[in-house]
Order: sequence, then C-alpha cells, then structure tokens
Amino acid sequence: MGALSHVRICDLSGQLAGAGATRYLAAVGAQVIRVEDPVNQGAWDIVRGAGPFVDDRRGIEFGSGFNNHNVEKLGVTLNLRTERGKQLLRDLVAVSDVITENFAAGVMARMGFSYDELRAIKPDIVYVSNSGFGAWGPNSSFKTWGPIVQAVSGLTFSSGLPDQPPAGWGYSYMDHMGADIMAVAILAGLVHRNRTGEGQWIDMSCTEAGTTLVGPDLLDYTVNGRPLRRDGQPDSNHSHAPVRVPHAIYPSEGDDNWVAIACRDDDDWKRMAKVIDEPWATDPRNDTLAERLAVQDALDARIAEWTRARDRFAVAESLRAAGVPASVVARPEERIDHDPATSEWGLWPTAHHREMGDVRVDGIPLHFSDTDWVIERGGPCLGEHTRQVLSELLGLGDAEIDQLAQDGVT
Amino acid sequence: MSASLDGVKVVELASEHAALAGKMLGDLGADVVVVEPPGGHASRAYGPFADDVDDPERSLWWWYYNTSKRGVVLDLTSAQGREQFRRLVAEADIVLEGETPGALDALDLGRVALRAEHERLIWVTVTPFGSNGTRALDPATDLTLLAGGGLAWSCGYDDHSLPPVRGGGNQAFHIGSTWAVMGALTAVLARDVTGRGQHVDVSMHAACNVTTEMGSYGYLAGHETVLRQTGRHAMPTISMPTQMRCADGRYVTTGFPPRSQRDFESLVEWIETLGYRDEFPETMLLDLAVERGGVSIAELATDDLARDIFGAGREALNFIAERIPAHDFFIGGQTRGLACGVVASPDEAFETEHIKARRFQVEIAHEELGRSVRYPGAPFLMSASPWRITRRAPHVGEHDAEILNER
Repeated sequence: MGALSHVRICDLSGQLAGAGATRYLAAVGAQVIRVEDPVNQGAWDIVRGAGPFVDDRRGIEFGSGFNNHNVEKLGVTLNLRTERGKQLLRDLVAVSDVITENFAAGVMARMGFSYDELRAIKPDIVYVSNSGFGAWGPNSSFKTWGPIVQAVSGLTFSSGLPDQPPAGWGYSYMDHMGADIMAVAILAGLVHRNRTGEGQWIDMSCTEAGTTLVGPDLLDYTVNGRPLRRDGQPDSNHSHAPVRVPHAIYPSEGDDNWVAIACRDDDDWKRMAKVIDEPWATDPRNDTLAERLAVQDALDARIAEWTRARDRFAVAESLRAAGVPASVVARPEERIDHDPATSEWGLWPTAHHREMGDVRVDGIPLHFSDTDWVIERGGPCLGEHTRQVLSELLGLGDAEIDQLAQDGVT
Repeated sequence: MSASLDGVKVVELASEHAALAGKMLGDLGADVVVVEPPGGHASRAYGPFADDVDDPERSLWWWYYNTSKRGVVLDLTSAQGREQFRRLVAEADIVLEGETPGALDALDLGRVALRAEHERLIWVTVTPFGSNGTRALDPATDLTLLAGGGLAWSCGYDDHSLPPVRGGGNQAFHIGSTWAVMGALTAVLARDVTGRGQHVDVSMHAACNVTTEMGSYGYLAGHETVLRQTGRHAMPTISMPTQMRCADGRYVTTGFPPRSQRDFESLVEWIETLGYRDEFPETMLLDLAVERGGVSIAELATDDLARDIFGAGREALNFIAERIPAHDFFIGGQTRGLACGVVASPDEAFETEHIKARRFQVEIAHEELGRSVRYPGAPFLMSASPWRITRRAPHVGEHDAEILNER
C-alpha cells in the first residue's frame, strides 16, 4: 500500500514543471491518470519525443525525459476539441480528488474547465494550476520555460562569478522546484479537504515560487535598501552570508576537474591547513576569519595551486577525513554509478517502459519507514491505458471504447 | 479563513537544513515551535543584518527562514531541557530536525525511542546523506552538496577554464526542505488512513542528485554527459547561446526558441517593426517557417530544413536582443507571444507591477524596530485555505513562557 493509494489525480500537466509534481505523487501510490491529446500525439509535451534516446528509435514514444518524468502514471488520450471528449474528462474529474495542469494561463477556462465549472462537476475537487506568472495579473499571459522563470525571478542573476555574465542554472531548476512546490500545493489542498470537506483552486505562479527561493538576499534590499546589482556581485562560489573563507570551487589534476571546499569556521581551516601541511597554510596569520577574508584572493590562489597538482577525489577524501566539508564537482557517471550514497539509497530505480524496455530513472530522495515509494513502471505510451481507464473507472463497454477511437475522441 | 495545516503541531529543532521546511509548514498554518539552544541558533549570526547591525535579533537569514514560528529556548544538555523537549514532542504531530545522525540518540532523545512512545508521531529528518549509510557522517555544506549532487557540474560558462558555479541562495537547503515538506504532508495524509506516524528520511544529497534534469536522465537513458554552457542548458554538445547582452548591458534569455507558425509570424512582424527585415540574414527562413506552419521538436532529429528554421528563429531573437534594451526586449517579445525573460536581480524581480497586483509583497510587522518589512509572500494562492505569513521570526526565547506553560 502506498501512502496515497486512496488518492486519484486527473493530470493534464506535462513537461517537467507539472509532470514532476504528479510523478512524486504516483511514486507514493496515488493513481495518476495523465490525459493527452491524441490529435497532436501528445506533442504539447516537448520532451515526449526529445532526446537523449536509449537506442536508434525516434518518435513520440522514445523521449527519455518523458519516460523519466511520468513513471508510474496511467496514460489516456482524450480529444478535448470534441464534446464527447470533454464529457469524458468531466466524468474523470467526477471520480478524481485532484486535477492538475500547467498550461499557459487561461487555457483551461477557454476549454470549458474553469474552477467554477470543475467544482460544478465535483464540489470538493482540488484544482492546482501552475503557470509562469499565475492565472491573473498584468503579465499573466506571458509564456515561460524554466530558464525564463529563473531569469525573471532573480535566480539566474544570483548564480555567477564576478565580472562575468550571469551563469544562471544549466538546466530548468525551476521546473524541478516548481514541480516540487506544486506537489506541496496539491498535498496541502488534500490535507485541507480531508479536514473540512472543502475543495479549492490553487493558482501557482512559478515566478513567484522562484522568488521565494532568494529570500535573505531580497530582505537585504527591502530592509537595508541595498540593490543587489552592484560591483563584485554575484559571487556565488564564495560565501558572503555567512562569511566563510576559504569557500570555493578549485581546479584539480586533469581536464575540467574541480573540487569544492568549504571551511565553516576557524577550526575547519586549521584542520585543512594541517592536511595541506605547508608553511603558507599553517601560517598563524591565517588563523582567524577576518584575516583570511582580507587575503581571500591570495589564499584562493594558493589553494588552487595545491589542488591543481592533486587528484580531486584524494583531495576531497583527505579533507573530509579531517572533518572539513569537501566534494568533487561530480560528473553524472561519478555520482550515478560510483557514489555509495546514491546506490545505497536506491536512487536510480529501473522502470519498465512498453517500448523502450528497462530504463533507469530518477528515484525519490525520501524514504518512508512505513509506506515507502515504488517506481517500477515507466512513462505511459500515448493512450496506453485509455481502454483500461474508460472501462474500469468509467464503466464503458468494449464496443463503445472502440467507437470512441474510430470517432477520433480518444 | 482557515489555513491548510490548522491544528497541526510541529516541533522543529533549529537548523540550516530544515529551516525553510519549518517556515513552509508554518506559513501553511501549522503551529510551529522552533527550539533553539541557549543564546539562540548559530544561523542568527548569519548576515546580512537589518541596518547592518550584527545582532542575533537582526539576522535577515533568521528572519526569512523563521516566519510563522514561535520560539523556545531549551538546553538539551540538561535533564530539565530534555524533559521539556519530550513534553513538546508528546503533543506534536511532526518533529522536524536536521541534526547529525546519532546526535539526538546521544542525548537520549533518539527518534526510534520517541516514535515508539508516540505511535502517531511523524518524524522528519533533513540531513546531508540520509539518516544512515556509508556517508551519513560526512561533513557537508550547501556548496559541497551542490558540487557532489551534480548541480555545479551543469552550471557555469562556455569557458571551461572558469570553475563550475554554485547557484546562489542556499539552494541545497531549499531543495532538501521542499522535499521534507512533501514527505511530511504525505505522511500526514497516510496517517489519516493508517492512524500511524512514520519516519520521513530526507537526504539532501539524493535530493540534489534528482534535481539536475538532463544531467541525470541523459546519463541514465543515453549514457550522455552534459557540458556546462553560459546561461543555458548544459548539453552533451555545445548549443547556440540563448542569453544575450542587450544594448543597455543587461541580459535577457531567449529561452526556448520559436516553434509554432504564430511564433514565426510574430517574429517576422517584430523584425519588420524594428526595421531589420533586410539586415537580418535569415529572414527568408522565417518566412518559410510561416509557410510550412512552424516546426516541431520531433522533426529536428530527422528533418534538416526544420533544423535550419529552428536555428534561424533562435538567431533572430539574439539579433534583436543585441539592438534594444533588455526590458524592452522582454516586454516586446512577451507581448508578441514569444517566450523570453529579462535577467532580473532579486530586488528587480520583486518590484514589478505584476507582483504587486498579486499581493506577493507582504508587509510583516517588526514592532521591535518600530517598522514593518516587505517579505516575499506565498508561492501559490489558495482560494480556501491560504498560505500566509502569520508572524515575524521569533526572538531568542520569545515564547518560552507561553509554550512551556501550555503543555
């Protein structure tokens, strides 16, 4: 029994920002019924047919991102341009606890599925929408992807080295975090419904969710009036709050090899200096944070010289053994196939996809002592479970289901 | 109006790791009591500080991560403090902590023993590597977690002589805390059915590892290794730049390039309005895109012309960006239905009419300083049980009397 085996979600969401939320809920047992458009073969979800691929096959059943983001879900197709398709969606909503989507603002209402219409079908439905700027407000029609949300929320700006362009995030960080925060919204809505019997509409603006993730910096502005666009900023490999020195990513032996080192306090530094065991490190003039901060650049240069001549794994291990936080900047292969912390966790489960076969996917970074997660089934092929859902859940007969397919409804 | 977590009692041991999780639960309506050691938690020494006065009651770190909580000081090294903690736990639905594995056992306040006494208790741990395992005791910080968890590998610049970059803002803690709240609420819902609480074990390292998008699934599915690229997705191969320096020196991201027929029509109209039809070398490809009804991502793998059109769309956006100010580009693109963004600093992101209209700016009273302070508000708007910051972060021991008397 999964933790949420009693919950059913009618899921119109996709990409990662939406699909990632219901992916988690499916892994902890919710029945997630993902509804896709048969006419454009589900291509609204841009990762459905996008690489990387497991082999030479291409097309809408072979996107590995789609498989990763949709494990443990059922897939049905409904043509919502047709009245019969809309009625089937209404029938699904009527037997669901939650409906989720991350279309651009206004799309659901235009299709006839505004919150008022949804709650007329199912009074206690929890309706969660996640869009770039939320459902209303001057910019609500603006379209976003993860990198755009990151840019306009302040996250991209906050990631970079001095005198360089913004480095930003090398992927859609806010698709992940947007999905996770969306999952929190769904769960909070369910808790409230269980307590009170009341459903609701939860309108998430992914941009605002992003801005909640730059809180302390933002208060420096609202409290102290300090603009964040100023010389020397951002400088995110260093640690300004709290002030910590040394604290950076240093080069090591080999090509594009790096090691991160963070001394939390004077004791960490003394332990690190002992590992380095050279006069410039053990020099008592570096003993206090204030002294190290005053010579931060010179100290970084010295440390880089030391690390550059060494193997990064050996550097990180020797520092950790001395109690100092340190880590290689891990390549995918290193953290996926050669890190006991991920393998012991069971972080990369194998899911079976009908066409792709067995493929390893992201696991869940939680373990529950009673009702743990399960990921075994891969993402659904287009309409893979249409017959099952229409039959088992909505009680349609085989002939009727065949007719719906012939009529272009499913 | 009621809140989502009305009646849910949370005891949080103050920590860097789980502070945001406690704030989220509190803002969602839970009664969160944050337990600090005598003198206050170490994070009160983290800046920046209100008015730049280094004072435990003025840490903006503490302010931000501890809204909607009440505070109590307990000395867990004393028998009395431990007894008071046990009494708080006895009344709680959720214990939230980020202690080093084993630390509470050493104080005779171990999770296993306390859970055995309280069947309904949900206990959430947020630790670097999980509550047990080979690396459970490895020292770690936000920086080393983002480095070891795969985020840093994907973030940085085209120039690989520059180091990979840590994304700013304590994100390893944010990732771990958000998962902690997902786990806590899942356990609350499960308890509605089973009547039993459980341990929710959050590994920040595991959480970072599954917050890397293609960094992980690209390797898992395709044995590909992504390479960091300036201001855009790390990919196995070098892609075209999408982050452009505009005429005013500020940056925009053109994000995901145009695909639909309407996108290409808008692009052609924008180029013509700005008077660049003849100057932009690939206008013909844009016209062709309009004619053929756009391009789909699936076509890119098999259709050379689709690839050229896709590239021309991207180049057109970059071409415009270089010629106008960043904010004009953002508004000009978005009002034409073209997805793009301006790289805003957090304060610029906060001072927009849109955010004001949605009441994302929330005034919280700091009566001790005789003023109120604007905070970022709710990440999502709930029509029935709204997310709400109910109070400023507590002072050291501010609620000792009421909390210790009421239990």
